[in-house]
Amino acid sequence: MPEVLMPRLSDTMEVGTLSRWLTHEGAPVRKGDAIAEIETDKAVMELEAYDEGPLTRILVAEGTTVPIGTPLAVIGTEPQAAPDQPAPEQARQTAAPAPAPPARPTEGPAQTLPATAEPSAPARGDEQEVRTSPLARALARQHGIDITTLTGSGPGGRIIRADVDEAITRHGGQPGAIRPPTAPEPPAGLAAAHPTPAEQAEDDEEVPLSTIRRLTAQRLTQSTQQAPHFYLTTVIDAEPLLAFRADINAQLGEPGPRISVTDLLVKGCATALRTHPQANSSWDSTRILRHRRIHIGVAVALEDGLTVPVVHDADRKPLTQIAREAHALADNARAGRLALEDLSGGTFTISNLGTYGVDHFTAVINPPQAAILAVGAAQSQPVIRDGEVAVGTTMALTLSIDHRVLDGATAAAFLADLKTLLEHPLGIVL
Amino acid sequence: MAAVTYRQALHDTLRAEMLRDENILLIGEEIGVFEGSYKITAGLLDEFGPRRVRDTPICEEGFVGAAVGAAMLGLRPVVEIMTINFSLLAIDQIVNHAAKMHAMFGGQVSVPMVIRTPGGGGQQLAATHSQNLEVFYAHVPGLKVVAPSSPADAKGLLTAAIRDDDPVLVLENLALYNTKGEVPDGEHTVPIGTAQITKAGRDLTVVAYSRAAAIALDVAHRLETEGVSVEVVDLRSLRPLDRQTVCTSVRKTTRAVILEDDWLSYGIGAEIAATIAEGAFDRLDAPVRRVAAAEVPLPYAKQLETAALPDAAALTRVIHETLDATGFTAHPTTPAGG
Repeated sequence: MPEVLMPRLSDTMEVGTLSRWLTHEGAPVRKGDAIAEIETDKAVMELEAYDEGPLTRILVAEGTTVPIGTPLAVIGTEPQAAPDQPAPEQARQTAAPAPAPPARPTEGPAQTLPATAEPSAPARGDEQEVRTSPLARALARQHGIDITTLTGSGPGGRIIRADVDEAITRHGGQPGAIRPPTAPEPPAGLAAAHPTPAEQAEDDEEVPLSTIRRLTAQRLTQSTQQAPHFYLTTVIDAEPLLAFRADINAQLGEPGPRISVTDLLVKGCATALRTHPQANSSWDSTRILRHRRIHIGVAVALEDGLTVPVVHDADRKPLTQIAREAHALADNARAGRLALEDLSGGTFTISNLGTYGVDHFTAVINPPQAAILAVGAAQSQPVIRDGEVAVGTTMALTLSIDHRVLDGATAAAFLADLKTLLEHPLGIVL
Repeated sequence: MAAVTYRQALHDTLRAEMLRDENILLIGEEIGVFEGSYKITAGLLDEFGPRRVRDTPICEEGFVGAAVGAAMLGLRPVVEIMTINFSLLAIDQIVNHAAKMHAMFGGQVSVPMVIRTPGGGGQQLAATHSQNLEVFYAHVPGLKVVAPSSPADAKGLLTAAIRDDDPVLVLENLALYNTKGEVPDGEHTVPIGTAQITKAGRDLTVVAYSRAAAIALDVAHRLETEGVSVEVVDLRSLRPLDRQTVCTSVRKTTRAVILEDDWLSYGIGAEIAATIAEGAFDRLDAPVRRVAAAEVPLPYAKQLETAALPDAAALTRVIHETLDATGFTAHPTTPAGG
């Protein structure tokens, strides 16, 4: 009777992958038993049973990605109208397929000769319908592009491959590439063998898309398309910050955690955000949510995508605790062991590429947050000190801001305060 | 390798197979003394005698039925039905007996017979003598149906059909009998159930068979100079159908047009279109289009008959429409240095 549905495990989750069944058909299930592992956009979670009884039927095979709410299994008696096992292809298909135009009937004496099946473009009452070619839809899904945002150049406004390729190129991707299907294709009739995946161009190697890479692509595309970004850059004198860090690390000695520049930035941003709550906000479809708590995310590059573990309540935690937490989070991120709560709730993000020697860069906002701080390397530069050219150490900070939430002056005030704090770092710990 | 006609390739194959296996016999109307309406069996009565080249009365159901019986008892009859239009008289023997014996007797008997029969229009033979009825037989499990488009395939597929232990229909086409092509010398078989890519291409796949496959190849070569790279899949075998080759090709080119000489509705093209939808849906950038014969009894009048049959112009037009609908820009090839 009860169906087990694909749960919504995070705010941003739209689909989940059934990575492993922990039980099998016919096995007894008790409330609270972990029956499967679900891979979300952020983590692998165990799925607990809410019902008791034998696991009557498994509806979704391991490795299949389905939208939230999709029945995964049946516990106990089958429901009256038990849904058939969704074909993997169907299940992965989240966009509604546009109906193919029917061939014009060719009966009747008035037909043209010879008969060809000409696609007509029937007038559709539903203006919301998105007309796309299957290939365009597959490519868009593949590259995390919302196909409804594209304009079709095909017959009747149909979105065709060329339109998607153009959108991909606009976002710096490589058009045309498509991943071979991970689930078996529907059989082409009884006698048919499965068609082999499309042959790839010899010069290109196809990189299998991981869930995290796909989600990274999808969310960053969404961010650049939807959030009107603007950027503010300031260059700070980094010498006091580096000296302060060296002092603290010397004080903490061997046993204590080593404080990194990023840790100081986490604490610095959290402190500045306390006096600039406007920057600690999110865009929520139509309104702005101002967050009372300050949770700072730190972007961590993984081999197959980006993840942003979060230091919660960073403004209320001492620097040493932030350092311990941030290091543990980064380690766990690289080991793929982050829990859902480690990734949830961020209100502001820092991306530090200074360790890679990058002078200065702009980051894409981590939606729905209002801003992200891009941090460049601290390096020796000629600086003017008391009217004289001297050797100093500077660091470029670039704030990317969602203009829907913040305006230039507000954001500039935040950045100015942050600069002052980092140049007088004692303020961070006071 | 020598260039011979489709007609000659069929004749040579029959003769070679009869020399190889003395259980092979030919049955049909006027295939002996008259040497066949299309002269495929010329000289064979003289060479093999009346026991192996059997002239029959005008009674398709009778002689096809006799062939079914002979095949069940171990001979390997090759029946010639003068045209596929007359096969309708024998359809009970073909569909209910030849096709089903093996299954209905639990595999205890096989029916190793071949039915050769020409079809197709274009000869001003009017509505009852110009039909493409291949789909009638391709629909039936238990039958194998092949439709060679070139002399080489005529040899390879007829050889495979004669050696097959199940009933095989070899569908010839009147318009192809005089076409010439290179035919491999000696032993040459084409496995039944394998399509052939007769021209590789990048932009669009044309699927066709028999006469239509020859047209498709011609159009593909001409379009190459316009900068359009068409891949041609010649099905060769309608049952079993090589779905994989079709889908692999369409997955590569993302566009498909089907050319067939039979009527549009419920035709072979419909089966191919469904195959593509099942096996290559998410690689399609445009609807699959079909070019087929007009859905009329084929007229006698020459101009009307010509207008009713699909031709290179119709195929070219639909290829262009399909490409235009997907934003394709042709890059005409220019002469070197031009």
